[in-house]
Amino acid sequence: MQDKSYVPFTKEMIKDYTVLVPNMLPMHFKLISSVLKTHGYTLKVLENSGPQIAETGLKYTHNDTCYPAILMIGQFMDALLSGEYDTRKTALIMFQTGGGCRASNYISLIRKALKKAGMEYVPVISLSFAGLEKHSGFKLDLKKMKQLVYAVLYGDLLMNLVNQVRPFETEKGSAERLADEWVRRLGEELGASKRISYKKVRGKYREIIKSFMEIPIENRKAVKVGIVGEIFVKYSPLGNNDLERFIINEGGQSVVPGLCDFAMYCVYDMIAEHEIYKNSHLKYRLTKFVYNYLNKKRTHISEALVESGRFDGLTPFDRVVHLADGLISTAVQMGEGWLLTAEMVELAESGCNNIVCTQPFGCLPNHICGKGMMKPIKELFPDVNIVAIDYDAGASRVNQENRLKLMLANAKKISARNSSVADAAEKEAQQKNDTAYCNAEK
Amino acid sequence: MGRKLTLGIDIGSTTAKLVLMDGDTVLYEKYRRHLSKVRQTTLEMLLEMKKEIQIDEVSVTVSGSAGMGMAEAAGLPFVQEVYATGEVVEQKAPDTGVVIELGGEDAKVIFFNGGVDERMNGTCAGGTGAFIDQMAVLLNMTADEMDEASLSATKIYPIASRCGVFAKTDIQPLLNQGANKSDVAASIFQAVVNQTITGLIQGRKIEGKVMFLGGPLYYCHGLQKRFCETLKLTPERAVFPEYALYSVAMGAAMVARDHEPMRFSSVLRRIENSTSAEAHSTDRLEPLFVSEMEYEAFRARHRRASVPTVDIATYSGNAWLGIDCGSTTTKLVLIGEDRSILYSYYSSNRGNPVTLVLEQLGEIYRLIGNRIKICGSAVTGYGEELIKHAFHVDEGIVETIAHYTAAKHFQPDVDFILDIGGQDIKCFRIRNGAIDSIMLNEACSSGCGSFIETFAKAMGYDIKDFARLGIFASAPVNLGSRCTVFMNSSVKQSQKDGATVEDISAGLSVSVVKNAIYKVIRAVSPKELGKSIVVQGGTFYNDAVLRAFEKELGANVIRPSIAGLMGAYGAAIHCMNNKESTLLTEEELKVFTHKSTTAVCGGCANRCSLTVNRFSDGKRYISGNQCSKGLGEQKSEELPNLHAWKREYHSSLKPIKGTRGKIGIPTALSTYELAPLWHAFFTSLGFEVCFSKQSNRATYEKGQFTIPSDTACYPAKIMHGHILELIEDGIDTLFYPGLTYNIDEGASDNHYNCPVVAYYAELLNGNMEELQKVRFLYPYLSVENARELTKTFYPILCKLDSGIARSEVKRAAKEAFAAYEAYKAELRKQGERAIEYARSHGRRIMILAGRPYHIDPEIGHGIDKLASSLGFVVVSEDSVCHLSPVQYVKVLDQWTFHARLYRAAAYAAEHKDTELVQLVSFGCGVDAITTDEVRSILEDSNKYYTQIKIDEITNLGAVKIRLRSLLGALDERG
Repeated sequence: MQDKSYVPFTKEMIKDYTVLVPNMLPMHFKLISSVLKTHGYTLKVLENSGPQIAETGLKYTHNDTCYPAILMIGQFMDALLSGEYDTRKTALIMFQTGGGCRASNYISLIRKALKKAGMEYVPVISLSFAGLEKHSGFKLDLKKMKQLVYAVLYGDLLMNLVNQVRPFETEKGSAERLADEWVRRLGEELGASKRISYKKVRGKYREIIKSFMEIPIENRKAVKVGIVGEIFVKYSPLGNNDLERFIINEGGQSVVPGLCDFAMYCVYDMIAEHEIYKNSHLKYRLTKFVYNYLNKKRTHISEALVESGRFDGLTPFDRVVHLADGLISTAVQMGEGWLLTAEMVELAESGCNNIVCTQPFGCLPNHICGKGMMKPIKELFPDVNIVAIDYDAGASRVNQENRLKLMLANAKKISARNSSVADAAEKEAQQKNDTAYCNAEK
Repeated sequence: MGRKLTLGIDIGSTTAKLVLMDGDTVLYEKYRRHLSKVRQTTLEMLLEMKKEIQIDEVSVTVSGSAGMGMAEAAGLPFVQEVYATGEVVEQKAPDTGVVIELGGEDAKVIFFNGGVDERMNGTCAGGTGAFIDQMAVLLNMTADEMDEASLSATKIYPIASRCGVFAKTDIQPLLNQGANKSDVAASIFQAVVNQTITGLIQGRKIEGKVMFLGGPLYYCHGLQKRFCETLKLTPERAVFPEYALYSVAMGAAMVARDHEPMRFSSVLRRIENSTSAEAHSTDRLEPLFVSEMEYEAFRARHRRASVPTVDIATYSGNAWLGIDCGSTTTKLVLIGEDRSILYSYYSSNRGNPVTLVLEQLGEIYRLIGNRIKICGSAVTGYGEELIKHAFHVDEGIVETIAHYTAAKHFQPDVDFILDIGGQDIKCFRIRNGAIDSIMLNEACSSGCGSFIETFAKAMGYDIKDFARLGIFASAPVNLGSRCTVFMNSSVKQSQKDGATVEDISAGLSVSVVKNAIYKVIRAVSPKELGKSIVVQGGTFYNDAVLRAFEKELGANVIRPSIAGLMGAYGAAIHCMNNKESTLLTEEELKVFTHKSTTAVCGGCANRCSLTVNRFSDGKRYISGNQCSKGLGEQKSEELPNLHAWKREYHSSLKPIKGTRGKIGIPTALSTYELAPLWHAFFTSLGFEVCFSKQSNRATYEKGQFTIPSDTACYPAKIMHGHILELIEDGIDTLFYPGLTYNIDEGASDNHYNCPVVAYYAELLNGNMEELQKVRFLYPYLSVENARELTKTFYPILCKLDSGIARSEVKRAAKEAFAAYEAYKAELRKQGERAIEYARSHGRRIMILAGRPYHIDPEIGHGIDKLASSLGFVVVSEDSVCHLSPVQYVKVLDQWTFHARLYRAAAYAAEHKDTELVQLVSFGCGVDAITTDEVRSILEDSNKYYTQIKIDEITNLGAVKIRLRSLLGALDERG
């Protein structure tokens, strides 16, 4: 059993504590922080980076722990030790899923690290929908959750647009700049009032999309590269050595599934579990309700994207959950579980034949749902090119980049072979838009 | 004119190659080791070529891992090397099915059939040219000699192939035990082949012609042979082209056809100018010494810790001899009454320590004449037993005790000893005059002395010069603190960024130190180590390493002048009580002979490879055995061993003929826990339950072709062999369930399995084509109780066979749980009985703790038998955990197996006569969590924590030292 004594984050702390947030998805996390600010919290999304992060992490945690834990602990400890914060007035926040993967232990590992550094008084808030811990100063009520959902949806839309525009922009950096501007504005708006109308949110989608369509672009070819894998190294530039930037610089376009997908995966897991173990019917109906709620919201984003006539929409999640049928069961729920396999199939199916599967070195679930599924996926889609890349405190960039270069070289060769490249690409794009429309209509 | 010249430049990790082509004709080719001076070497080679061939205009393409940086800086086109190889094959041999290319540090495989698929080795992978070079150094041969020798091999030893460090751990003891060099050489090549298969081929079929490329495969015929035999290639299907060495450069030259030609002089200029853009982009560290003066002061300080030496020619009286037969070096020290050194010797093993010691003893006898009498002798280290038997040495002592004895001589109040040797790091803390905790590096992280040495050699330096270069490096590169394979690639990265040899040398020293502090000792601050620290081992002769250590600690330490001889010196001191020595006399030495042969023990199903050493006096010394069965020794007292008991229990679950046919269950992972349950369940339903046999090495090899993830744990990878075995036995229904949740024992917050145990069936189904030919059942079930099992299993079973009624399943489930409970009850009773036995017979108890599948003879490598032979009563974690209450730990405790570990640790913590040794499989992510917790449970009660990392490694030498050190420490503690 776990020793349940921990320093709680109390109501009294809300007022004058700064809560540090690890930097996994910069845009999303900044938006989330803005939401929480309206409830009186002071949050800070950490931006410290550099080699000392991993080094600090290695010092304060078991070296065989997963790389994401090493990095996040490193980032927290680096910040706390920097002298920039009054450690007596600082708390940390960390999400906790509570599955059978060792990642559910991040909170405990952070507390151990704090103890090692003599700062065990720093509260660590467990942000968990499974309700693993109680912090009187941090309760997620329905209203808060709703606002957080909006922040995540905005984040997903912005990330998606940046990825679709960035490879073609005339002036380098314009898409990212625009996204940053939106993060600031949306953050202010989300933070301005405690009540947000969803209608307004949907209206914002169109405004955002329109603004991205106005970014001047050039007619360029870009090889699409899908990024899947363990959630932290998939998203965090700190974790994946700025993978997206590398892909863009090599003339590629990165395709990254949104955070909402992961959230829906977590919810769907409970539905899938019910189908096997048939435990609590009430819980089943509740999760079904949450799933449908999220699904609807996600569909709205997809519709708005497709409406633009230029951007690709999202694969409906009801379809995503069946993409891995015959390959892996939805009972595989540790780590990224079946979603990782489904995402690879989703990419392959949509013609994105180049996939980087990112994983921390020695990630257990990925043995099964990542590396373990590559052979069967390749049998289904012979043209797909999947590269598994391990990220680790000691792994060198040359090795990683060399593999990516190989993948891109092959992709370019294939596209050059299809003699009338431009035509084909255009046709393909058209087709994809069509199918996206169809899907959205369904 | 009219000719269009194309030039391919391939700069790999160790060599640079040029190919100049005119159309399809090769005009010029050349290769050279670049010793990390990438630009300079390329430039020289180009200039040499210019002397021979008139070139005005040429199209150029650069390739290779070290070429990437240069191409970028010089603004020349770059092509990825595997892609370049693909070009060559498509143009020159389009009927090729698969290409296997081994380079200096890379291994690549390209499949051409059914969609081109190109693969490179991952970040954790050995088995390449550099690995072969390293191994040749170990054998004290050149790569050519090793190749030659391998051709006359008669036997293949299993050698771990995952990475060089692992392989070394296997090879060194083989050499120390006197195994035949030809056999070892062939075994090394086999390891390379196995590595390629598990790391790159990963379950894909080898079809059509196979082309072999790259330096090692071009030069090493032994390696070619091993590949052809393992892949079962007929001569027609194995292609070894004459351009194997230059394939990448040639491919680059072919790719260059698509690029615009440029003036050759401009190519030269671009490469020449690219040097300036390179400096300092990798992370750098502070210099080790700011000034010459600082260095001098440092040297003067360390000179103080020395031992007087006395000229052996002037001494007469009594003397004692200490021998340290280490993994890579052998040391001898002869001391006089006042502990001064009369004679010392330090040399690398060069393969055979017996010959070395024989020579040295002869030399010592010659020098001492009749003036000096050797009163006693002691030997320590890896080769301890061999040397002891060969030369009748008086005592064999554990390394740790030898080192502590020596350290005490220099610093009586020493409280921390760090020893970095050729291939291992050892550290021990001393409390109240006894060794309090021992830490050894696990086989995967030994970034030690031999690593720096091999690196120095690869860069073309002698180790001493290489070390000296590091001392005054202005900006040492930061190479991280990880296992050597990772360091290799970090070094590559820094070379790409233009780091100097000086900076790399200093950086390597810092890395070794960081590895020791943060990976082995796992310290946060130097205060944790101790107040008075002695460092030793050959690696600390390197001033750069010593300085890096002091800098990292922020404190001064003591390095005895005989840092490399401490084991031998300690051994000599340790035997000073001896009056009359049994050591072979000068006369006996003259007729001494030593012959070693190999044999396979037939004592049990393990079939250990034995090395039989015969000496002139007719005595034998046998090594390689996991137990004492094959040694022909008298049977001593048989101590209770719960691991053995569990294995026997499993074997007693025999198939019972039924009406519904056979069902096969692989004996791996969760089966080791649930076998009694599934056996009763399916037997009740009328199935004949057939378990696969417990594993041996062949089980693993059988299935290795289908493993997709080579960094998964060994217990999982061995599963593939079990599946194949069942299918080969003609069983057409196989069962291995998906178990997200384990049995709930009420001792943890949740009751999960780890992801690998829970879901491995999915991986098997996706990667083993053989499974498509049979019925493979891998339903997701609940094993919480009979009701849940019925609920989750019935819907699946009735689909399988509509004749199966719910009531039948219900009854079967009840019987299953009854059988499982009966097994658990018996297991606990046996555990208690073993403890009772130990207490009534005055034996020590060892909880050999891990996961249920660690009792498998191949996975556990017979460590239980070894512990038993050392006098421990061995119990398992699940046979004693019920004797302790539920533990409250600091981490989320939601795995059933973890909770057992914590409770077992608590039992050991509470009982003076009980020790806990934790077995951890390499790659086990969740054990990163448990090990810390188990350690703190034990250490809070002042108990030793011993962890043994196990993988494919089969040699027990290191484990033995560890367990004996534990025993030694326990004895001293009293």
